[in-house]
Amino acid sequence: MKVDEATVRHIARLARIKVTDEEAKNLESELSAILTWVEQLSEVDTADVLPRASVVEMSMKKRRDRVTDGGYPEDIVRNAPQADKNYFVVPKVVE
Amino acid sequence: MSDLTKLTIAEARDGLAAREFFAKELAEAHIVAIERGNKPLNAYILPTPDKALEMAAASDERIARGASRALEGIPLGIKDLFCTKDIRTTACSRILDDFKPTYESTVTQNLWDAGAVLLGKLNNDEFAMGSSNETSAFGDCVNPWRRKGDDTALVPGGSSGGSASAVAANLCLGAVGTDTGGSIRQPAALTGTVGVKPTYGRCSRWGIVAFASSLDQAGPIAKTVEDAAILLQAMAGHDPKDTTSIDAPVPDYRQAIGDGIEGLKIGIPDEYRVEGMPAEIEDLWLKGIDWLKAAGAEVQEVSLRHTKYALPAYYIIAPAEASSNLARYDGMRYGLRVPGQDLIDMYELSRASGFGAEVKRRVLIGTYVLSAGYYEAYYQKAQKVRTLIRQDFTDVFEKVDLVLTPTTPAPAFGIGEVSGDPLQMYLNDIFTVTVNMAGLPGISVPAGLSGEGTPLGLQLIGKPLDEATLLRAAYVLEEAAGPLPVPEDWWSS
Repeated sequence: MKVDEATVRHIARLARIKVTDEEAKNLESELSAILTWVEQLSEVDTADVLPRASVVEMSMKKRRDRVTDGGYPEDIVRNAPQADKNYFVVPKVVE
Repeated sequence: MSDLTKLTIAEARDGLAAREFFAKELAEAHIVAIERGNKPLNAYILPTPDKALEMAAASDERIARGASRALEGIPLGIKDLFCTKDIRTTACSRILDDFKPTYESTVTQNLWDAGAVLLGKLNNDEFAMGSSNETSAFGDCVNPWRRKGDDTALVPGGSSGGSASAVAANLCLGAVGTDTGGSIRQPAALTGTVGVKPTYGRCSRWGIVAFASSLDQAGPIAKTVEDAAILLQAMAGHDPKDTTSIDAPVPDYRQAIGDGIEGLKIGIPDEYRVEGMPAEIEDLWLKGIDWLKAAGAEVQEVSLRHTKYALPAYYIIAPAEASSNLARYDGMRYGLRVPGQDLIDMYELSRASGFGAEVKRRVLIGTYVLSAGYYEAYYQKAQKVRTLIRQDFTDVFEKVDLVLTPTTPAPAFGIGEVSGDPLQMYLNDIFTVTVNMAGLPGISVPAGLSGEGTPLGLQLIGKPLDEATLLRAAYVLEEAAGPLPVPEDWWSS
């Protein structure tokens, strides 16, 4: 699968990564090469195969829906680029 | 006392127990070795000498009162993917900036609870994405091994390059890494060390910076199979904080390694004889087969039909999971923030300046294969192929106990020799990635030297949760290979 520059820019937008013109150009050929290479999977007949998300034979663990952790807001905001009174400070989202 | 750095963990434990030296002396010897030798190797990106001395003093106190634990006073290096409380953890990415976790990963906590001593945080490929340790924001890590008569700096492999380099150069007694597609076994092979990727779920992933959650697994890199067994023992176990952690008893691995392999059945998969594989790799593989036969194992050909599709399927699944996992790095709650005109601009600028080229590539691939209209063609197809890869192994393990393969298709290469071509770099993991796709345990054991005089490894693959048999056979290979030469110390000043 070949991707063009517009597609690269669209994906970059979805991934929230700003790309320069030069990066977009390089990514166009790099992503195309990788996506072309993975296309060999189409040789495999998977008509009757179920997709597998987990490789471990294990039933899903469950627990009671109750609070088991928390109560330390200072720890939560300790690494924040900007915080104020245990709140994260972010740019204005709603005008 | 610099000889203390040349000990194995088993030897150091005996020496500490016999009061031949103190844990403090053992830590100091390593701190000096790091001060003298880390700069050219760039294995540690954050040495923690004060912490090491503090922990060693506590170990000496426990040894004195006869309350010694399994790893009491043993100095270790930790890959920078593991969150360490109050100690900077970056995954070797600029985007984590000066992140200091307020919690400790379960695996490292298990090690400290066993008495181990932290020497520092080790270099790795950014977010563990790479096979040469050349994508780290802290610069390349260098292999202590060099080609015969040649000063070219070689890669230590990746992504756990710092862990492998530090163990091979005696800058720690053992190290901890993570393995998503070969990131423990490939660097172990390239540095002449032992690397174990346990069964998926054997070690808790809690507190490890996530790359691809269905593939990531922590494991040890050590000087010997016995040391790897001792480390794995301390690391493994059920953790309620990780829902994918397996609730199964952890056997005594060190006990198991001496049991021999008489009557064990070993499979040799024809599909691993890939086109263009160097003759020396094939020869090493044949040697390994002879060693196992000589120890009483039965060897038979087996077929893992979908082997060649493991790598392309991996390069859909791993980036897809990575693109989702790395969405959290947005410059809002922690890590790097680059101011922009509005919120989206800030996200885009923070991520553009925080992520390196390989990480961006993989996040974009992942975003693409998960995007509307492509999900079934790529992601779901890859998951179906994953089912077939796992089925191949399930069928093979009806007939044999273990599978033997080479670990890598080639020995260590020079820095910059492969990094220009992402696809060429990905091929490094051709023999290791199947194991992650199937969730199985695997180990790389040093088995000989290449024509260039650099190490080569053999890989054993085991049944789910059967690390004990894996270590048993690995010990036989190690004994048969005999003591390998050690790299000449060019890095200490």
